[in-house]
Amino acid sequence: MTHLPRRSVLAGLAAGSALALSPIRFASAQTSAPVKLGFQLHRTGIGAGYGRWYERVALGALARVNAEGGINGRPVEIVFEDDGTDPKRGAEVVEKLTTRHGCDMIFGPLFSHVVIGSAPRAAELKVPYLVCSEGYHVAAGMTNRWTLQPGITDVRAQVSAMAPWVTQNLGKKVTMVFPDYAFGHDHRDFFSEAVAAQGGEVIAKIAIPPTETSFTRYFPQIPTDTDVLYHVMVGPSVLTFVKELGEFYGSGARPQIFGFIDSLEGVDLASPGLDFLNGSHFWEGQCRNKQPDAPDYETAYRAAVGVDDNGASLSDARDVSTYSHMFSVWETLSVIKKGMEASGYQSTADRQKFVEAVEAMTTFEAGLDHVQGAKTFNGKTHQAFGQQFISRVEGGKLIRVHTTELEDGLYPDEVDYTAQSF
Amino acid sequence: MGTGPLLLLASLEGLVMAAVLALAAVGLSLTFGVMRVVNVAHGEFYMLGAVLAWAVAQFVPSAPMGFVAALIFAPLAVGALAWLTDTALLKRLNYNPESTIVATIGLSYLLQQGALSFFGPDARAVQAPFELRLQFPWFGYSGYKLFVIAAALAVLAAVWWILSRSRAGLVMRATQVDRNTARAFGINVDRVYAGTFALGAGLAALAAVLIVPISQAHYLMGHDPLLLSFIVVIIGGLGSLRGTLIAALIIGLSDGILSMLYPPTLAKILATLVVALVLVFRPQGLFGAKA
Repeated sequence: MTHLPRRSVLAGLAAGSALALSPIRFASAQTSAPVKLGFQLHRTGIGAGYGRWYERVALGALARVNAEGGINGRPVEIVFEDDGTDPKRGAEVVEKLTTRHGCDMIFGPLFSHVVIGSAPRAAELKVPYLVCSEGYHVAAGMTNRWTLQPGITDVRAQVSAMAPWVTQNLGKKVTMVFPDYAFGHDHRDFFSEAVAAQGGEVIAKIAIPPTETSFTRYFPQIPTDTDVLYHVMVGPSVLTFVKELGEFYGSGARPQIFGFIDSLEGVDLASPGLDFLNGSHFWEGQCRNKQPDAPDYETAYRAAVGVDDNGASLSDARDVSTYSHMFSVWETLSVIKKGMEASGYQSTADRQKFVEAVEAMTTFEAGLDHVQGAKTFNGKTHQAFGQQFISRVEGGKLIRVHTTELEDGLYPDEVDYTAQSF
Repeated sequence: MGTGPLLLLASLEGLVMAAVLALAAVGLSLTFGVMRVVNVAHGEFYMLGAVLAWAVAQFVPSAPMGFVAALIFAPLAVGALAWLTDTALLKRLNYNPESTIVATIGLSYLLQQGALSFFGPDARAVQAPFELRLQFPWFGYSGYKLFVIAAALAVLAAVWWILSRSRAGLVMRATQVDRNTARAFGINVDRVYAGTFALGAGLAALAAVLIVPISQAHYLMGHDPLLLSFIVVIIGGLGSLRGTLIAALIIGLSDGILSMLYPPTLAKILATLVVALVLVFRPQGLFGAKA
C-alpha cells in the first residue's frame, strides 16, 4: 500500500505547482510569448516540389527575423501544416492553424485552387491570410478583405509586362499551351489581351488537363504558322511535357519558344532531353542563375535559404530550387513583420489592425526585406507589383536579357477590398 | 500538319499507349486468373518498380547499366515483397475475395505512404537507356517509345510461354482449374499462390521500369495504371492473356487516335463507355471464360 499514497502525493504536488505557476506563465505570455505564424504548406500532392522549398525559405526568413529581435520584441515561430495541395484540405488547414494552434495569422500557399478554396474559411475565422500564389484571384476580387498578396506579382501583371517584349522580339503569331484551371486561364485571358494590344494574335489556345501525364497528342494542334510557342505548365509531369515537346520538334523547323519558368521550376535545365531549349526564352520571377550584377542582398538571401549560384541546394546540386516563386515567402514574412510593428500587434484581437496596416503600405524598397526587387503595393486590391525578368537559355544556364519596369504590369483596379467590411 | 502525318503520329502514340496498358495489366490479369484475387495494390507495385528504378539509377553511373540493373533488381525486390504479402496476409484470409480486396486496399495505402516517407513527394526523371530521336519530315519521335512497344510484345510472349509451355505454367493452370485436386496430386498450392502473386507484382514492376523513362517516378503514379489495368482486364476478360492484349490494343489505339482528333477527355469517356457496355452485354469480358 505504500506506493499508492506516494503516487497521489506526487500527483497532488504536480497539480499544485501547475496551479501556482500558471498565473506567472500567463502574465509573461502577454509580453514575451512567441508570435505564432501558421504556414499552409504544399508538402505533398502536386505542389510538393514547391512546398519543400517554401518551407526552407520560411525557415531561413524566420531565422533572420528572430536574429534581428523578432517582432515587437517577441520571438517568432512558424507552425507548418501540410495541405496536400488540395483545396478541401486547404480550408481544413486554415481552420486547424487558427483554432487548434492559435496562430496569429497564416501565410504561404501557392497553388491557386488551394488559395481560392481556403480564402473563404480564413475570412470566416477573421484571420489574416497572406498568399504567395501569383494567381490573379486576389486582385480580381475573388477573395476577401482578410486575404492579401504582398510578396509576389500576379499573373495578369506578369504577362502584361512580358507581352510587348515577346511580340517585338520573337513574333506576333502566338500559340499558348497552359494548364486547364484558374492559373492557366489567367495566362490565357491576359496574355491574349496583352498580345492583341501589341498588334499580335494568339492563333491557338491549347488547354491541358492538370493531371495529364502524356503530351505528344496535344502537339499536332500547334498551327504550323506559329511564330512563338508560349508554354506554362505545372505539376509533377512538367519535365515529361518539355521532353516530349523536344522530341516532337526534334531537329526539324520549330517556332520560337517562350516559356514561363513554371514549366521547369525545380528542374535542372541540364537534364537529359532538354538541350533543345538552348536559345529559347523564359519568364523568371527572380533569376535562378546568379547574374553578374546581382546585388549583395541577393547573395545574402541565397546563403540564408541554402541556394548556390545555379539556384540549386548547397547540399545537393541536383536539388534545384523554385527560385522564381519562393522569394515571395521571404518577402511576405518581411511584410508581416512590418505590418505587425506598424499596427502595434499584441494578440489575435489586433488582427484587423494588422490588415489595415498592410493596406496602408504603398512601396517596398529593394533590399534584404524585398530580395526580388522594389515593389509597389496596392492596398485596395491587396496586390504587390514588381519587376519581371526574361532570360535566354544558353548552355543550360538562364541569362537575363530583359527586365520589365514596375509600370509595365499595372492595370486598372478591379476591386476595392478596403470598402468591404471585416 | 496533314492528315497522313497526323494519323501516323496518332497510331504511334496509340501503340505506345497499348503497350503501356498491356504491360501494366498483364500482372493483374495473371493474379486474378490463377488466384481469383483482385489485387488493388497492383498500381502501387507498379509505382514501387518505378521508384526503385530511380533509386538504382542513383547508384549506377551510366544510364544503360542503370536500366539493366533496375530491370533485374526492381521486379525481384517487388516480387519478394509480394511473396511476403501473400504468405503473411492473403493466405491468412484464405483468399476470400472480399477480404483480399479490403486487405490489398490497405496495402496500397501502406505502400503509397511508405514511398512518400522514404522516396519523397517529388517527381523524378529516369534516363532512358539510349537516346534516339527519329526524325520524320513532319515531326520527331522518341526511339525509346518504339522500344517500349517491342518490349511489351516480348514480355507478353514470355508470359504466354511460361503459362502454356513451362512446367511452372502447367502447375499454375492446374491450381487454377481445381485447387484441391492439384493438392491431391502433390502440388504445393501455397507456394503456387505465393509465386503467382509475386510474378504478378514483379510484372508490374518490370512494366514500370520499362515505362518510367518516358514518364516520371512519383509516389502517386500508381493510380492511373491501376484504373487502366482494370479497364483492360474487364474488357479483355479476367485471366485471359489474349484478351488483355486485344483490349489493350482497342483502348490504346482508340485513345491515341481519338485524343489526337478530338479533346482527350472524349477518349476517356469512350473507354469507360466500352467497359460499361462489356459489363452489361458480356460480363465475363471478350475472352473470359464464363464463371
